[in-house]
Amino acid sequence: MNAAVDRATAIIRRGRVITVVALMMLAGIYVLSLGLTPAERAQGLAFKILYVHAPSAWAAEMAFVLVGVVGILYFWLNDPRLDLFAEASAEVGMVFGTLILTTGPIWARPIWGVWWAWDPRLTFTLLLYLLFAGYFALRSALHDPVERARFGAVIGIMGLVLVPFIHLTVYLFQSQHPLPVLGRPPCPPGHPDCAPSLPWVLLKPLLLSFATFTLLYIGFVTTRYGIGLRRQLAEEAEHA
Amino acid sequence: MSAVRAALAIAGKDLRIEWRHRTALVSAVVFAVLVLLVFIFARDPGTLAPRDLAPSVLWVTLALATLLALNRAFLLEREHGALDGLLLAPVSRASLFWGKWLANLAFVLVVDAIAFPLWVMFFGVDPTAALWLVAGVAVLAAIGFTAVGTTISAMTVRTRFAELLLPVLLLPFLLPPITAAAGATVRILEHRPAGEWLGWIKLLALYDLVFLVLATGLFPRVMDE
Repeated sequence: MNAAVDRATAIIRRGRVITVVALMMLAGIYVLSLGLTPAERAQGLAFKILYVHAPSAWAAEMAFVLVGVVGILYFWLNDPRLDLFAEASAEVGMVFGTLILTTGPIWARPIWGVWWAWDPRLTFTLLLYLLFAGYFALRSALHDPVERARFGAVIGIMGLVLVPFIHLTVYLFQSQHPLPVLGRPPCPPGHPDCAPSLPWVLLKPLLLSFATFTLLYIGFVTTRYGIGLRRQLAEEAEHA
Repeated sequence: MSAVRAALAIAGKDLRIEWRHRTALVSAVVFAVLVLLVFIFARDPGTLAPRDLAPSVLWVTLALATLLALNRAFLLEREHGALDGLLLAPVSRASLFWGKWLANLAFVLVVDAIAFPLWVMFFGVDPTAALWLVAGVAVLAAIGFTAVGTTISAMTVRTRFAELLLPVLLLPFLLPPITAAAGATVRILEHRPAGEWLGWIKLLALYDLVFLVLATGLFPRVMDE
């Protein structure tokens, strides 16, 4: 038992180290984007929120998608550690989701003139966020850890399948959200929208920010996974 | 017993219980009518005509009535350990899902069938042939609502907060089909060309198909003992 607790503590320590490195990189991103990058021509200073908003969206979506993928693996391998990872990933996804839902309105106010424009993409981020709020409500209402893991995996998989429907609805719904600057849908060559979307000087901090937020995700999830593992061991010791 | 016959037997059992009591059915219908009335009275009659609200009201009413109907689906089985008996029966878990889903769908369609003409009447919707199309959209939506709802209510019923957790978990899943159904309804009622609303109907049909298959696969995992 002690060896298992030590292992969990080591995981938490590793997670903290990764998080500290990621936070230092984040500080670098702030310096680079606020001090060393010119303001965007049309949006001015408000544009700089993109360096937090877009990578948060990436991290949150990755977190939620991984909950679904791990749910599938759970039914295949039946390993309770996968549920601990899913729980950690969902919780970290909620943190990044909170970032998207706060930075989005802060950007929208000067650019669109309103805090909340019912833009489909922000709305459906809210939807995904609420879905995972329900995921945690269900988890906390269940006492049997096996049942909690099973039901968590079911909701995770259903959420994963819901994501394409959310995206389809987004594109069918009239959107005023700016087009994605990375990975946008293909369009005919020569079309003005297909032009390089962002000059390199503005794109470079963004790409660095994506890497930083990915590392931040890994750091948070590793720490949270270790905490979950230690909590589980404490519960087991209590019942033994 | 074949899988289909088992599913029909389970659906038949549920519907017979409903028919004998009729409490849930009557309550769900009265609830749907009350929601319609709430919308009528919660607006300023001088500035907002009922007809302008009609498509939104239809989908809020049908979604809420579905939630009410789904809540009772497994609560019924929780009493006197009926669920254990059902799980011990020599039928596959997939048949159990199809039986439960069919019963829920039938229940919701009956509530919808009563609420729909009342909605037409209360909200001054033109009784044109387009209404049949809207009714078709309502059937398509009910299929998806109940497919997802049957799976989720089988999970929430295991908790002490079933009535609260079901809407919290289910509504995020219902919003894409509600968006599609409402999008189609608005355009159909405005007699727009089919090209403008067919995409929403296709999305709704795809949602039904995908979630029926997914729920059939996942329900046995929910019911694992």
